Order: sequence, then structure tokens, then C-alpha cells
Amino acid sequence: MSFIISTHINYYFICRRKLWLFTHGIHMEHESDLVYEGRMIGEVSYTDRSKKYTEIEIMGSKIDYYDPNRKIVHEVKKSDQMEIAHEWQVKYYIWLLKQSGIEDVEGILEYPKMKIKKKVILTEEDENTLKQIVKDIELIINQKSCPPCIHKKYCHSCSYFDFCYIIE
Amino acid sequence: MKKSYYLFNPGRMSRKDNTLKFTPVDEEGNEGVPKYIPVESVNNLFCFGSMDANSSLFNFLGKQQILVHFFDYYEHYTGSFFPKDYLLSGKVLIAQAEHYLQPEKRMSLATRFVEAAAFNMLKNLRYYDNRGKETGIQIEKIESYLNQIPFAETVDSLMGIEGNIRMSYYEAFDIIINEFEMGNRTMQPPSNEVNALISFVNMLCYTLCLDMIYHTQLNPTISFLHEPGERRFSLALDIAEVFKPVLVDRLIFSLLNKRQLSDADFDKNLQYCLLKESGKKTVIEAWEAKLNETIKHRSLKRSVSYKHLVKLECYKLVKHIMGVEEYKPFKAWW
Ligand code: SF4
Repeated sequence: MSFIISTHINYYFICRRKLWLFTHGIHMEHESDLVYEGRMIGEVSYTDRSKKYTEIEIMGSKIDYYDPNRKIVHEVKKSDQMEIAHEWQVKYYIWLLKQSGIEDVEGILEYPKMKIKKKVILTEEDENTLKQIVKDIELIINQKSCPPCIHKKYCHSCSYFDFCYIIE
Repeated sequence: MKKSYYLFNPGRMSRKDNTLKFTPVDEEGNEGVPKYIPVESVNNLFCFGSMDANSSLFNFLGKQQILVHFFDYYEHYTGSFFPKDYLLSGKVLIAQAEHYLQPEKRMSLATRFVEAAAFNMLKNLRYYDNRGKETGIQIEKIESYLNQIPFAETVDSLMGIEGNIRMSYYEAFDIIINEFEMGNRTMQPPSNEVNALISFVNMLCYTLCLDMIYHTQLNPTISFLHEPGERRFSLALDIAEVFKPVLVDRLIFSLLNKRQLSDADFDKNLQYCLLKESGKKTVIEAWEAKLNETIKHRSLKRSVSYKHLVKLECYKLVKHIMGVEEYKPFKAWW
């Protein structure tokens, strides 16, 4: 059984092709570096608070920093370039928690490098949107052909750049 | 920047925290001064001399996704330590197998490999033809063999055409190379300097392709032109086919014509001819320099190294196999 995980939500906003490639197991080598870097930021910025947080996994999605006392999900990111994607990722976490019976959770999106914090809440309207997003994601990842290249500026910082742009 | 390490001297390799420790050991078993290599700087290891190691070293290398290639005394490639595939994808594997099993799909890929290899060989021959080395006869022969490709119905007959192309191509080596004679291409064991050199650098090219395949989702045992399982990781042989003229042969021409190698770099015997250690070192240095050389890539619009070109080739194959985009093999465009 495979779940829609927060990475899917994230990629859905960034690029559908990336979403498709990712779910077909086509991962790029230096992606792992990014994951590593992300983790380092987390570790370095939160060493003092690490005890307060719990790492939990719900339906395949891993939440690194959940504060069960105050009911807050923290999500740490490197740059705010893809803020929309990050926001929906956090909303998705809150939604997953809600589905497993934990109500009234809030989220905080943090960009320690830029010293920015942002509060995230889940409205009823968001929940409906998320339902639609999940349906869309399922359609995309089950489609036989790979969605086309988006040819956006973002491609240049995407780990799939070489993969997408190499022609001959 | 990660790099390849070539170990010529016998010794013991071990793990020391996050570094590799190499302790040379001489014939009497005396230990020399150890060398430390930070693991992040290691791309892969080539063992030419004998190496002592234990499983904890290999567990460590495996975690770091470092391949180790082994060679015997006669410079034959004997095998690789190939850590657990870390970029596995069931979907790519199934699609790759499907491209092998369906004759049309397999032929389509096999044909592309042969055509690209021939294109790159012709590029070399034309280059020398324009510089007064008369390779016109060989060029014509190869062109006529190329015309037979559309009529090949099986991979076997395609392989036959490929063999003929390569034979005509090797005929031109004696015209291109000034000092040394190649005569017939002999492989095991190589009979003269040129053959020894071709075997050695071909093997470097094979391991390069294998390294690059490892860092993608492709399975190295499912090939299209060469028969899978025939010997070695046969997909590396398919990809090497495309790159040999550009990476291997050009290097050989320049090493010999610029006299970077001389008689003294070869160990000659009635039966065989092998590179001496001095010769191997010269070749490997030139090989590494070649791989790091960059060219401006047409579709990426940025500079890429020759080494990276091979990785890009693997991406193109993944795309073809997954139905994203048809495979257009690498053809030297400059
Ligand atoms: S390079 Fe561009 S098209 Fe390709 S996956 Fe990344 S964002 Fe999408």
C-alpha cells in the first residue's frame, strides 16, 4: 500500500513532471545531498529544543518536529522560494493529524537561514482543496506518460535539470 | 570534487573513522607509512596491486556508495565491488527488461548504439584524413557497412556489421599512428604496444560506464546490443561502444603520436605485450585529464565534463525506456 506523502504535495506545486518521475522511482543522485543538507539545518537549528519535539510518522509521511503539548507542527526549510508548496505540505500534516483524531493543530513554517517564521492553519476550505489535490496527484502518478517539461526558471535549480534537459 | 584512486602498490586498506587508511606493505611484509584518504573525496577505487581488506572496510565503502574495481597482474579486469543498488526503481527495471524482451524495442536501441559508434569512428577518421593521413578507403568501407544496417533483422546480424565496421576502423590505426604498428587487433593477450594500449584504455572506459550506470536506475546486466549475461555487466559494454572512439581512441592516438609513451613503457615478451607501471601511470593521468576536460553542451547550454557525458547518456536511456523521450545517442558534434 502506498500513501500520498507530503513530498507528493510539495512536488505537485513545484512540477508535475517531478512528481511523476519521483513516484516512478527515478530519483537523482544529488537529491540525497539536499535531504542531508535539510537535515543538517534541522539538527543545527534545533539542538536545544530537540527534546520537546517528537518525530512521528502518519500514513507514510514523516513529521520531524511535532510538539504534542502545544499541538504545533514545525517545518524547517532552507529557502522560501517555494513557499506555497511548503504551506500546503504543512496543511497536509495538520490534515493527517486531524484524520487520526488530533484536532486543533497549528503549523509553523520556519526558514532559519532567513530568520523567517510563518504561521499555518488549516481551514475547512483548505480541507476541500486538499481532497482535490490528492485526487489530482493520484491521476498524475497513475498516468502512463510522463508530464512535459515545464521550462521554468525553477528548472535550473531542480535536481532533475540534467535529466530533463539532456536531449542528444 | 570526488576522484578516482588508483592503487598500484600492495598494501592494506582499512577504515579509520571517516577516512580510508592505506598502509603499504612490501614483499617482506614490512609496513610503510600509511596514507589517509578522506572518504568524501573518493569516487571509486582501482586495485592494480594486491590489497588486503576486511568486511568492515567493504561495509563502509558500501554505505558510501563507492565502487571498487579489481585487476589481475596482467591488467585484466577481474570484477568489481558493486554496493547494494541505492537508486533502485522497480518500474525502470521492468521497463528495461521489456525493452530487451520485445525484439523491435531491442533492435531499435541496438541499432542506435551501432550507428552512434560508427558515426564517432568516422569523425575520427575524417579528422585525420583532413590532415593528410589517407583513411579514405576505410571511411568508404564503413559507410557501406552503415548502409547495411537497415536490412539487419536480428541483433546477431547487427553485431556482425558492427564487427566489420570496427575491423575497417582498426585498419586505419596503422595509418594514423606514426611510430608503432598495430597489425591485427589481438586481445588476449595483446601482441604489441598498440593492442596493449587499446585493451587497457577500453577497460578504463568500461569501468567508467559501469560507474555511471551505478548512479542511475539502470540495471547493468540488461543490455541491448550485447547479449545480457554474456560476460560482465553488459550494459556498460553497450554504452562504452558509443564513447570508445571519442574517449579511448583519441587518447591513444595522442599518447603515441606525441610520444608520451615509448618502448620503455611496455613489457614485451614473445607471447604478449603489457604496459609497465610507468606506462600505466602515464595512461591513467592522461585518461583522468581527458575525463575532466569540458565541452559546452548544446542542449544543456553549459559546460560539462566528458565524464558527465556518460552519465547524461544513462539519463537518456532511462528516458527512452520510460517512454519520456526517444534515445538520441551521443554523437561528437565538434
Ligand atoms: S527540471 Fe523542470 S521540468 Fe524537469 S522536473 Fe525539474 S522542474 Fe520539472
